[in-house]
Amino acid sequence: MATNPMQQFSVHRIGPEIKLAGIDLSFTNASLFMAISAISIFVLFFLGTKEKKIIPSKIQLISEIFYNFIAKMISDTAGSKAKPYFPFIFCLFTFVLFCNMIGMIPYSFTVTSHIIVTLLLAVFIFIAVTVIGFIKHGFGYLKLFVPSGVPALLLPLITVIEIISYLSRPVSLSVRLFANMMAGHTMLKVFGGFVISLGLLGGWLPLSFSVALTGLEILVAFLQAYVFAILTCIYLNDALNLHH
Amino acid sequence: MEIEAAKMIGAGLAAISLAGAGVGIGIIFGNYLSGAMRNPSAAQKQFPNLLLGFALAEATGLFGLVVALIILFAF
Repeated sequence: MATNPMQQFSVHRIGPEIKLAGIDLSFTNASLFMAISAISIFVLFFLGTKEKKIIPSKIQLISEIFYNFIAKMISDTAGSKAKPYFPFIFCLFTFVLFCNMIGMIPYSFTVTSHIIVTLLLAVFIFIAVTVIGFIKHGFGYLKLFVPSGVPALLLPLITVIEIISYLSRPVSLSVRLFANMMAGHTMLKVFGGFVISLGLLGGWLPLSFSVALTGLEILVAFLQAYVFAILTCIYLNDALNLHH
Repeated sequence: MEIEAAKMIGAGLAAISLAGAGVGIGIIFGNYLSGAMRNPSAAQKQFPNLLLGFALAEATGLFGLVVALIILFAF
């Protein structure tokens, strides 16, 4: 019996062990749930775009809502120049959302509750945004660190702060998603443990609390995917439309 | 003091950061409500911003949790 609330985050191997040049490449439960979310995204949008009717079916309506939601988010935060990056943001949002949501199913595994997954996504975004910024503006992109309208005395200090805040972007982006998912799932399991330990008489209070927390966690699962995507848009906006 | 006990105390102290998250979430929702009461027609438009602020404030508190976990498990 798993009595530790951290037990749910353990990664274990499914199937045979595969080793390539000393690196363990075995298929784990994490890769299984990543594959499940990727396949469910594919199936949803394949079915949604198969029959393109003027009066949409339910599944086509869902895909259209997703499309409009992301398109509006990008145009609101990053402007029309960010239109070519729509597929990337769309993939990012749907992948994080589906990983979070599939993790809410009992006895499943939350891929995004592992920092390596979110850190990889965040570092990729960070490098991509930096490269895009330098391609679009050349060395003028460094003006991002030197805001205009600042007194000359304060400028060195502000520049250092701006550089530190720029470099801490991948850390804050990844830790935000990871900590939210991990804290939420741990909390749910801790309250589940209270239900068992208080028994039939006192267990109803943590049980009802646990139901409410599940609702909150579903909200957080959506919100964190939204925040992850919108912060990517904001970073892209910095790279594409240099305001300073 | 034993290192094990010091670790536990440190992890407990790191959880204080959640107080800041609580204050932040309270400020966001309180200010949204007072703004929405004054101008209900503009409230619906700012709802996504409310949720964004809520998520950002909550995440800041959870950084403290990560610190606690690092203290407990990484050292």
